[in-house]
Amino acid sequence: MTNEDMIKGKCWKFGNNINTDEIIPARYLNTTDTKELASHCMEDADPNFMKKTKAGDIIVAGDNFGCGSSREHAPIAIKAAGISCVIAKSFARIFFRNAINIGLPIFECPGAAEQIQEGDEVEVTLMNGEILNHTSKKRFKFEPFPQEMQEIIQAGGLMNFVKKKMAAV
Amino acid sequence: MGMTITEKIIAAHSGLKEAHPGQFVYANVDICLGNDITAPIAIEEFEKTGIKKVFDSEKIVLVPDHFTPNKDIKSAQQSKSLRVFAEKHHLKHYFEIGRMGIEHALLPEKGIVAPGDLVIGADSHTCTYGALGAFSTGVGSTDLAACFATGKVWLRVPESIKFVFHGKVKNWTSGKDLILYTIGKIGVDGALYKSMEFTGSAINHLPMDDRFAMCNMAIEAGAKSGIISPDKNTEDYIKGRVKKKSVMYQSDPDAHYTKTYEFNAEEISPQIALPSLPENTKPVEEVSGIKIDQVVIGSCTNGRISDLQIAAKILKGKKVHPSIRLIVIPATQEIYKQALQDGLIEIFIDAEAVVSTPTCGPCLGGHMGILAEGERALSTTNRNFVGRMGHPKSEIYLCSPAVAAASAITGKITPPDQILRN
Ligand code: SF4
Repeated sequence: MTNEDMIKGKCWKFGNNINTDEIIPARYLNTTDTKELASHCMEDADPNFMKKTKAGDIIVAGDNFGCGSSREHAPIAIKAAGISCVIAKSFARIFFRNAINIGLPIFECPGAAEQIQEGDEVEVTLMNGEILNHTSKKRFKFEPFPQEMQEIIQAGGLMNFVKKKMAAV
Repeated sequence: MGMTITEKIIAAHSGLKEAHPGQFVYANVDICLGNDITAPIAIEEFEKTGIKKVFDSEKIVLVPDHFTPNKDIKSAQQSKSLRVFAEKHHLKHYFEIGRMGIEHALLPEKGIVAPGDLVIGADSHTCTYGALGAFSTGVGSTDLAACFATGKVWLRVPESIKFVFHGKVKNWTSGKDLILYTIGKIGVDGALYKSMEFTGSAINHLPMDDRFAMCNMAIEAGAKSGIISPDKNTEDYIKGRVKKKSVMYQSDPDAHYTKTYEFNAEEISPQIALPSLPENTKPVEEVSGIKIDQVVIGSCTNGRISDLQIAAKILKGKKVHPSIRLIVIPATQEIYKQALQDGLIEIFIDAEAVVSTPTCGPCLGGHMGILAEGERALSTTNRNFVGRMGHPKSEIYLCSPAVAAASAITGKITPPDQILRN
């Protein structure tokens, strides 16, 4: 993901405190296969989620999205399910780290998270820090991440970042 | 301006004189931890980099505890990947079945974490070690993989919230009740990104096992860490366990807190968290009488020896209600053995409970006590999310070991003083 990138997709709405057990239930954690994890994405929050979504769609949620366990399987399942980004009022902190570390785009934007409705077509432009709701024609601004985090994101995730750093030493 | 204990530990590990909230640091890690769910991904990611050696074979801890003894072939494969990695890199702290325990009970018990340490673990309840006066926080598998390679972690220095517990805790009120009460007051995101510092006279008198239970659940309020200043209790606990150097940091009197909460511990009675969030707390008296199907006593929150002692005290000479399944899981082999020597296991078996080898098991709906549709569990674990212990239409109520034991006897949620006058 680079700063010029633009994300566009249809939104699916969730409430507050969506936890990692809902995103990927522990009963499926005996695998690291991303396709299999993706097939259970959001299963305990909405059993039909994987049937109705398509690649590029966006998850929009309330406060504290991704709370609960540290399982990276949660952002991995979302990313592997083809979800292009998550917009929320706030994220649980380990989910937040994990998303940055694996390169799943996430945006903290309370206004957008509140006003976007299920089914809306939404566009996110990273360079402007802007979310445009094509359905309601509303625009929202979000704070870009601190410089150090952007470096990790721009390297394509933490492991690429580490590799680059270690090679430089 | 003064610093909190958390800021001091992070500064010391980042080569800085001072660290203040919001600052971005790369901190040196004393211990990093992974388990049979999170480490396989970390190992895969580490191997992909082509880096040949881990940063320090004595500072990586691997504990297969979630689905072990392996519940199926897939779990066996995951545990095997830990074993192979541990052998390949000559890891000092790999805990095989028969030597293992639930990670957050095991590491303090083995003296692997010392006061003043900076610890990361690919498990959200890594915040438990704050009870020793260490900064410890849960991270993801990629963080762990990066730490295998570099020995470092990226962090934003958290703001701190202070929780002062005045007075003395009442009979039957435990550390678990204090933290459930706190989460009930501030909510599951009440301490998001922050460090929760627990102080006050009630904390000063709180035994270590209760302190572990409190810091363990800091994550359930969204916190990055929970911490308690090390004191005489801490020193007594680490004596004979911790072999390395420890530093007993204390917060400065003029340290900055974004908020301070003051509670009167004497007014806090045993608590219950109703489904399906740990913030849905009520005093046990208000919900007594709710019928349950299963009781679980164990986990990284409440599977320690004093937890089993309290449960045994209540269950001694009694029988578990005919409609109840009581599952007791000592958190480590050492706890298991002591419970055996002290006659606690016999009390549990005579009461018609199931006693299991150490494992996370039912806590995360892994194995050893999964709930069917419509069933209701009362559990000393830390999460009551939808589907956490089994069927998405099952329910979990959280409580202390005393409430769990009392309720196992009656078959419904019961305050412990109804069974035993303390
Ligand atoms: S006992 Fe439960 S909360 Fe603790 S580490 Fe195991 S699964 Fe996680």
